[in-house]
Amino acid sequence: MKQFNGKVLFLDRSDINTDEIIPAKYLTEITKQALKPYLLEDLFLEGFDPQTDIKGCSVVVSRDNFGCGSSREHAPWAFEVNGIHMVIASGFARIFHQNMFNCGMMAVELEDQVIDTLFQTFAGKETRVEVDLNQFLFTFTSGSLVKKIEFTLSDFALSLVKAGGWVEFADKNY
Amino acid sequence: MGQTIAEKIFDRHLVDKPFRDVCVISLDAVFCHEITTPVAINDLAARNKDRVFDASKIKAVIDHVTPAKDSKTAMQGKILRDWARRHSIRDFFDIGRNGVCHALFPEKGFVRPGYTIIMGDSHTCTHGAFGAFAAGVGSTDLEVGILKGVCSFKKPDSIKINIAGTPPSGVYAKDIILALIARIGVNGATNAVMEFSGEVVDHMDMDQRMTLCNMAVEAGATSGICVPDMHTVDYLWPFIEKDFSSKQAALKAYQVYCPDDDAVYRDQMDFHVSDLEPQVTFGFRPDQVKTVSEMAGTKIDQVYIGSCTNGRFQDLAVAAAILKNKKIDDSVRCIVSPATPDIYTRALESGIIRIFMDAGFCVTNPTCGACLGMSNGILADGEVCASTTNRNFNGRMGRGGMVHLMSPATAAASALTGRITSAADC
Ligand code: SF4
Repeated sequence: MKQFNGKVLFLDRSDINTDEIIPAKYLTEITKQALKPYLLEDLFLEGFDPQTDIKGCSVVVSRDNFGCGSSREHAPWAFEVNGIHMVIASGFARIFHQNMFNCGMMAVELEDQVIDTLFQTFAGKETRVEVDLNQFLFTFTSGSLVKKIEFTLSDFALSLVKAGGWVEFADKNY
Repeated sequence: MGQTIAEKIFDRHLVDKPFRDVCVISLDAVFCHEITTPVAINDLAARNKDRVFDASKIKAVIDHVTPAKDSKTAMQGKILRDWARRHSIRDFFDIGRNGVCHALFPEKGFVRPGYTIIMGDSHTCTHGAFGAFAAGVGSTDLEVGILKGVCSFKKPDSIKINIAGTPPSGVYAKDIILALIARIGVNGATNAVMEFSGEVVDHMDMDQRMTLCNMAVEAGATSGICVPDMHTVDYLWPFIEKDFSSKQAALKAYQVYCPDDDAVYRDQMDFHVSDLEPQVTFGFRPDQVKTVSEMAGTKIDQVYIGSCTNGRFQDLAVAAAILKNKKIDDSVRCIVSPATPDIYTRALESGIIRIFMDAGFCVTNPTCGACLGMSNGILADGEVCASTTNRNFNGRMGRGGMVHLMSPATAAASALTGRITSAADC
């Protein structure tokens, strides 16, 4: 199973699409590792610099309809090779959501208000999140600020995370 | 309880329900192109599972970058080509016979009502025009599809969209779907199937229905879907005439996939098009849409006519009718990519290609081309394109470029002036 704890990268916009996550010109790469330098290269967001802000992060927190657009699994892979194994957002596009779990990673949906609170409380501060997959609990921490947030995962999603992805799961079952 | 089209198709293909809400369904076809498939192929090989579930159900094409533009894209083509040979995949389309996947595969008769289809491409929803459940997936889903012939989906809800009225002349399927996306929003149909029906859809030919279903994913939908009818049978007839005694018999067989009157929908909406004007996008999201008259006069640098949305014969014919005996404006450069060799040939024989060339268009081979900014027709920073494609995301056609989505008629009219222009003003 992958490792999900770590530093949070806040991306404060809805509808962040897969072209922004990894531009089409890099789809000529046939290894995941080659995508590493280009993650979020075309995301133009005030105060965000992909060159400096991604390094060391393990989790992305964002808004609604995250990962919309193209079906390219290069988007989850580009996160994966940068050590980001989880995206928490108020909503996801279907294909991106499925792709994350298919790779044994997590795309967790939280209510709008909860995401709002996370942005208000932690954005701009050095923040970490710990994930408890037994109790379905996130613990966000920044200095002395601590917030515990419950989440849900479907049984299917959880078994993909535990199996390490859909190829392993399907190969065993079909 | 009554069922939607998607529910009927899922019932007939259900292999397993490993969890509540999760359906593993069998696949009638797995479509492949050279961008998202090579990674799946390499991963299968690395796992020692370089096999295919059924070579006759796999269809593959090199379409996104063709001819190859550099060593990397040449390698992507080679991986797909070698794999197709190795597994005796007969329906593999290489340069000279290739075209944009979502135009080529229907034209070859690979789609039938009631089919389940996946492809590592978000616009796979196009094939729902035939009454099929067709969905874009990532490379891992594709990989399992290739290996096992199954895919998992949440059982999709459907949204019934009744398109009513009579579209005014000059209003096309593209204008209707742009206006619909503006109404529904870019995630209004997430995890749902958009089931298109109503008198307007009844009168649409298959090319128009494909344009409609093509952009369902831009509202977040898993698939667009149209009820199979006589238009569907007429289109498919050359491929199915051996299977049925008559077109009526074929229609009857396909009608098992019509939705029941008491089917349950997530949502139902009526969409009236009698007063609709031609539409165009203005921002970086496909739901940011205005009328062409509101946007008229916006300066453009390039016009692109093509893609899986609007690169079919009728699209070219509509544009050519506007361009006939005219020249494009000096300030603009214009590219047309007929979506398949067959479309190209028909356009050549009917004089359409000549009209484009006389007007000053560059005619490319069938390819995705400028649509995704991977090979030709890329915009420079700050440039603007009037395009018949389906995505206007920031950087889609080149970093710093702006894409305005519109119908082929509006694109052709805009080519003549170098500004966004209504075809009615030509
Ligand atoms: S034409 Fe554009 S949208 Fe269609 S398959 Fe090709 S790249 Fe994708």
